[in-house]
Amino acid sequence: MRNGNIITIEKLSKSFPIGGGEFTALSGIYLTFEKGEFSGIVGPSGSGKTTLLNILGSLDTPSEGQTNVLGRASTQMNPKVAAKLRKQHIGFIFQTYNLLPVYTVYENVEFPLLLLKKTAAERKKAVLEALEWVGLTDKIKSKPSQLSGGESQRVAIARAMVKKPDLVLADEPTANLDAENSHHILQTMEKLNQELQTTFVFATHDEKVIGYLRRIIRLEDGKVVSDENIKK
Amino acid sequence: MIAFKLAYKNLMGAGLRTLLIVFVLSLAYVLIIYMNGLYQGWDRQARIETIAWEVAQGQYWQDLYDPYDAMTLTDAHATLPASLEESAAKGKAAPILVTQATIYPEGRMMGVMLKGIDTRQKILSLPTDILDPEADEITAIVGTRLAKSAGLETGDYLLIRWRDVHGTFDATEVKIAGMFKTAVPAVDQGQVWISLTKLQQITGMPGQATLVVVDSAPEEGASLSGWEFKGHDFLFKELEEMIRTKTVGGSIFYIIILALALLAVFDTQVLSIFRRQREIGTYIAMGMTRKQVVGIFTVEGGMHAILAVVLGAAYGFPLLLWTQKSGIKMPEGTDDFGMAAAEHMYPYYSVALIIGTIILVMIATTIVSYMPSRKISKMNPNDAIRGKIQ
Repeated sequence: MRNGNIITIEKLSKSFPIGGGEFTALSGIYLTFEKGEFSGIVGPSGSGKTTLLNILGSLDTPSEGQTNVLGRASTQMNPKVAAKLRKQHIGFIFQTYNLLPVYTVYENVEFPLLLLKKTAAERKKAVLEALEWVGLTDKIKSKPSQLSGGESQRVAIARAMVKKPDLVLADEPTANLDAENSHHILQTMEKLNQELQTTFVFATHDEKVIGYLRRIIRLEDGKVVSDENIKK
Repeated sequence: MIAFKLAYKNLMGAGLRTLLIVFVLSLAYVLIIYMNGLYQGWDRQARIETIAWEVAQGQYWQDLYDPYDAMTLTDAHATLPASLEESAAKGKAAPILVTQATIYPEGRMMGVMLKGIDTRQKILSLPTDILDPEADEITAIVGTRLAKSAGLETGDYLLIRWRDVHGTFDATEVKIAGMFKTAVPAVDQGQVWISLTKLQQITGMPGQATLVVVDSAPEEGASLSGWEFKGHDFLFKELEEMIRTKTVGGSIFYIIILALALLAVFDTQVLSIFRRQREIGTYIAMGMTRKQVVGIFTVEGGMHAILAVVLGAAYGFPLLLWTQKSGIKMPEGTDDFGMAAAEHMYPYYSVALIIGTIILVMIATTIVSYMPSRKISKMNPNDAIRGKIQ
C-alpha cells in the first residue's frame, strides 16, 4: 500500500487471445482507491468493467502493468496467495447471486467463516449479525430456491460482509432486481460502508447504482475516460 | 470437513440419482463379499475336510512316491524308520501302504488304488475301526462315491486283483464292511481301504508303507532318510490353485457390476462439474484454491462409496449372515472337479475380506471421481462464476 491507498493500479493492460489475434479489454489504466470508498466503475457492456474488477479480486492477472491490492502486488501473487487474499480480505457480490443451492441461508452466510476456520460460536455470532444487517434473520432456514431475487442478493451481501472484509467487489449487483429491491440493496451496502468503513467497488451501468456512488470512474473501450468524486 | 458436509448435502440434494448409484455400488460390495466369501468358505471347508480325511497335519512320503506316477508306485514302499514306527505305536502317525489294483464289480473291471491303513488310527476320520485285521477274510471300507459307481453295498463281496512285491498277480474277494461319506473325493473315488497288516501280507511287504500321515508337523529341518515330509504348503498347493482359478473366473461378474457403478459415478461427476460451474467459480472467489475445489468434488464422488457401505450393510448384512448360517446347496457333481466339496457350502466372510472390499471400492470410486474433477483446475474462474460453458 502506498500513500494510504488500499488499491493502486499502474499502467494496467489486459488482452485476451481471440481467434488468431488479440482483444484488448483494458489499456493503460492508472487508478488508486482509498479505504472506505464507495466507488463504481461505470461503462457500457464490453468496456472492461468486469475484467478490471476480476483483476482487483485476484481472479485474473494483468497482461501488462501491475496492481497492488491490500499490500499484495499482482506481480508477486501466485494462486495460493491470491486465494488467501480473497478468503481473508475480499468479499464478492455477483449479478446472479451465486448462492450455494444445497445450503440454507444461514449456511451460505457461514461458508466464508468455515474457510477461515472460525469457531462455531464465532461463526454463529457473525452470521446472525450479518443477517441482521440485511434484514433476513427470519429466513435463516430457507434454501436459496425459496427466496426472491432481492432476498437472494441480500444473502449474497451478508455472505460477502460476514467476515468484515476490507474490500467488497460487486459486479452488477442490481442487474436482476427491480427498482425497489435495488434501492433496498444499495441502501444496505451504503449503510455497511459507512458503519464498517468497508471499501466498495462496483462494476455497473445501472443508473440506480450510479446514484448512490461517491466516486464514478468511467470506462470506455478499456480506458478510463473520467474519474470524478461526487459530493453527497 | 467442509468437503464432507458439502458433499453429503449435494448427494442428498441429487435424490434418486444418488440412490441409484449408491444402490449399484452397494450391490458391488455385497456381490464381491458374497462371491469371495463363497470361495473363502469353500477353501476353508475344503482344507478342514481334507485335513480331517486325507492329509492330517502332514505326510511323510517314501522317496519314490508320486501319486501321479503309476510307474514308480510299485517301488514306492519301504520299511518305516524307527521314529515313525514309534509314533505309529503311540497313535501319533498312521502308515498307509498304497498299491494299484483292479476290482470287478458286477462283472465290470475298474482300476482302483488299494490302500492299507492301520485300523487303530484316529488321525483321519476314516472309519478304519470297522476293519478287522484278525479276520480270515479281508474286509474293506469304501466311500459312497465308489460304492455308487461300482454298485456296492455294505456286506457285498468284491473281487479284487493286485500284484505283490514280485509283480505276481493275485486275487481274492473282499467283504465290504462299511461305507463312509466324505466331502473329500481323493479318499473315496477309486479308493478301497483295507487293513494295513492285511495289505502288507498279501503284497509281501511286511512292515512297509508308502506314506505316513502324522498328527503334528515335525520341527523344521527334521528329516528321515528315505522319507520326505510334505506339509500343508505342499499338499494344498493344488487346492489353492483351483480356488484361485475359480476366484478369477467368478470375479468377472462382480467386476462388471463394479464397472457399471463406477461408470455411473464418472458420468455423474462429469455432469455435475458441467452443471455446477457457477458454484465452482463461487468457491474460488470465496478463497478456495482450485485444488481444494477438486477435493470437494472428489470427496463428493467418493462419498457415494461411503453411502453404499451403509446401504449395503442394511440389506447385505442379514443376507450374508443368512447364507453363512444356512449354507448354499451345491449342485450335484460339484465334487467332480476333484476338490473337496460338501453338499452345502458355507461362505466365510472374514474381516479382512469385508474391509478389503470396502477399501477397494472406495479407492476405485475416489479415482473415478477424481478423474473428471481435474477439469476444474483448468477452468477460468471468471467464466465459471458467470456459468459460461467451458
